[in-house]
Amino acid sequence: MTTTAPAELLAGLAEVLEEVAGTPADKVVPEAAFDADLDIDSLTMVEVVVACEERFGVRIPDEALEQMTTVGDAVSYISGAAA
Amino acid sequence: MRAAALTGLGAHRPALRVDNHAIAERIGSSDTWIRERSGIVTRGVSAEDETVVDMATVAGGKALAAAGVDPVDVGLVLLATCSMPGPLPGGSPEVASRLGATTAGASDIGAGCAGFTYAVALAADSVRAGSADHVLVIGSEKLLPMVDPDDRGTAFLFGDGAAAAVVSVSTTDGIGPVVWSHDGAQFERLVIDGSPRKLRMEGRAIYRWATTSLPDLARRACARAGIEPGELAAFVPHQANLRITEAVVKSLALPPSVVVARDVVESGNTSAASVPLALARLAEQGQVRRGDAVLLLGFGAGLTAAGQVVRCP
Repeated sequence: MTTTAPAELLAGLAEVLEEVAGTPADKVVPEAAFDADLDIDSLTMVEVVVACEERFGVRIPDEALEQMTTVGDAVSYISGAAA
Repeated sequence: MRAAALTGLGAHRPALRVDNHAIAERIGSSDTWIRERSGIVTRGVSAEDETVVDMATVAGGKALAAAGVDPVDVGLVLLATCSMPGPLPGGSPEVASRLGATTAGASDIGAGCAGFTYAVALAADSVRAGSADHVLVIGSEKLLPMVDPDDRGTAFLFGDGAAAAVVSVSTTDGIGPVVWSHDGAQFERLVIDGSPRKLRMEGRAIYRWATTSLPDLARRACARAGIEPGELAAFVPHQANLRITEAVVKSLALPPSVVVARDVVESGNTSAASVPLALARLAEQGQVRRGDAVLLLGFGAGLTAAGQVVRCP
């Protein structure tokens, strides 16, 4: 699989968040926390992760999901899983 | 080949109601927080001395009366439950005895929240095979004594109650082929164990399994019954959490003409009782009528799932 650059991943994640949770793209920055800053609760986060799995062709297990606090965490994980 | 159909429904909702405010304070949340995460507004709680068997007997008696079936003609009583006080005895013999189903076989079904739809499938096959002319299928749960009131993931989620359906021999088939499945590798996701027994649930993992696997199962159950999901009169999934229901409805692209059961709002998650409670409510409200095609979809601990299209009694 081809590696996707982090900037592209961030943009892709922003599109997923907008589609799943209606999150404005300009709020999706690496330091943004999903729950505190983006108001994404735990079940919405599952929908985000499932959408990311489809879009980026990666598998994100529940154990990894538990460690994803910020947008940057998600981008790092997806980038590592897709490499 | 003999045919089987649903011929009567009966529900027992506990008189005592507990709203979110009574639960929220203890887990440091709010009514709004609970509604956003689950859709639940209130739930029924059984009286302290009201047992699984008590509730099952009331619901079963109502269903037999609605079906016009004499208890002595019942060939089998199936009780779906996960909340009897102990592993033995099952509750179904006592229910059968109290109802006067003197010649019936009796067995409990342990398929968690999918118990009712598994039991309906077994009942329909028993009737078709000639093992029984009438089967009383009951879901009854007294879950709250096993729920930890301090667990933010489950304290607000569950409720008590019972409901029943009669499956009878019929001239035309009113119960479609079941589609069932399991993901036993995820057996630890929802567990009742310990002493005293406590319910533990990994809600996020179950949500993921449910929202990603159930739409396909639902489509296959409709295909086996020869109906498109959009042609259903109603969709009655296990009332686990309104978020799961809405995700599955969206995935199935059900049109507004399909009535969707949202009894979880009023009853909470009543495990094996939730599908018949939700179906009974739709029937009581006139939202479904005799002969309407309804997709029942049970799913939960195990993990297990089972769904079938039935004709409303």
